[in-house]
Amino acid sequence: MKPRPFDYARPETIDEAVALLAEYGDEARILAGGQSLMAMMNLRLADPAVLIDIARVEEMSHIRDLGDKIEVGAAVTQNRLLAWPELKTKLPLLAVALPWVGHFQTRNKGTVCGSIAHADPSSEIPLSLATLEGEVVLRSKRGERVLKASDFQVDMLTTAREGDELIVAVRFPVKPGCRAAFREVARRHGDFAIVAVAATIDNNGTTRLGVGGMAGTPVVRAIADGNIKDTVEQMIAELEGYEDLHASAELRRDLLRNLAPVVVAEAQTCAA
Amino acid sequence: MRRVNKDQKVRISLTLNGRKVSAETEPRTLLCDFLRHSLAATGTHVGCEHGVCGCCTVQIDGAAVRSCLTLAMQAEGRDVRTVESLAGPDGKLNKLQQAFQNNHALQCGFCTPGILMSFTDFLSRNPKPTEDELREVLSGHICRCTGYAGIMAALKEAVAAD
Repeated sequence: MKPRPFDYARPETIDEAVALLAEYGDEARILAGGQSLMAMMNLRLADPAVLIDIARVEEMSHIRDLGDKIEVGAAVTQNRLLAWPELKTKLPLLAVALPWVGHFQTRNKGTVCGSIAHADPSSEIPLSLATLEGEVVLRSKRGERVLKASDFQVDMLTTAREGDELIVAVRFPVKPGCRAAFREVARRHGDFAIVAVAATIDNNGTTRLGVGGMAGTPVVRAIADGNIKDTVEQMIAELEGYEDLHASAELRRDLLRNLAPVVVAEAQTCAA
Repeated sequence: MRRVNKDQKVRISLTLNGRKVSAETEPRTLLCDFLRHSLAATGTHVGCEHGVCGCCTVQIDGAAVRSCLTLAMQAEGRDVRTVESLAGPDGKLNKLQQAFQNNHALQCGFCTPGILMSFTDFLSRNPKPTEDELREVLSGHICRCTGYAGIMAALKEAVAAD
């Protein structure tokens, strides 16, 4: 199918984009890479009156090292971050998680921030941001605010972004010596994950386990004493999982039970 | 700032296979439809229209992307390359196309233009890929005829020939 008619605007600055959002609010949608939004518009699941194309806003096309964080602007594609020479040393979790995002062809256009804005509960980039305790930078005419990942994504495809706010960037914390692993189970590689698991191990030995596809948002637990099994069983009891077209809640629980220890073990053995 | 209202016709100019072209369309027109209907470049095929099948893959500024998930407006002023750019002016197939012919890597040919454009991008960045890397890129395409074995053989031949 084809999208319904819409007004199209292509701002060149953040101020222009924010002014448009102030004018149109929830009637407008931000178009960056369009790898989720355009599919939803073609299927008529999304029907914006105004489309604000931010892909050419130079101010948001940066990958910036802030020292303790890496800031990724809203116009940066997934493949550009994946090809960033320092990714492996600064953000090892993203280096192993990004290849799971869609396909080579969709990563060429899909953006890092767009995936976070879309807030799919099984999606790799929101899960990585939550596991690393990253933050989302929002701008509106009213000013700027910075939300923690856990405060930003509130439910399935639902975020704390107000209608007049633009995601200008996300910030991933850099943790020295951090080891990381990522795996997911899907029908085919590149499909939406049924269950996705991220694990990081800090210098002080704390394991952080992030789980996608079990609830409306990514769920993250810190494990200090190294007892992975108990933590996983506790998560399974608390989250229960959900049923959709692809998997039952029971299958999701089983996948988590089997996948989590493998991913943690992989993080333990990978080089810092 | 570029703005177009939904009822307005818009003239979009871009570079298609090295030639400057332009045509009138609506702001909601997808790049794949703009190529086929407005520019008569029908080498690009349209399958699922939600980014899954890979038939419509073209290159924008060298990067292989889904033209069904791209508005023509987004390609305005950009360098767009389609399957029509691959063969020589005399119709001689390029190395990758010839490898596809040699290995029976297509039957109905519907998916082929997208696959060729993906690998033209990928192989220019990774001239010596592993088999796993080739399979990973091919996973972004659906072929219902070949079972992929012929396509893998063609890709390996094209890589070896370089």
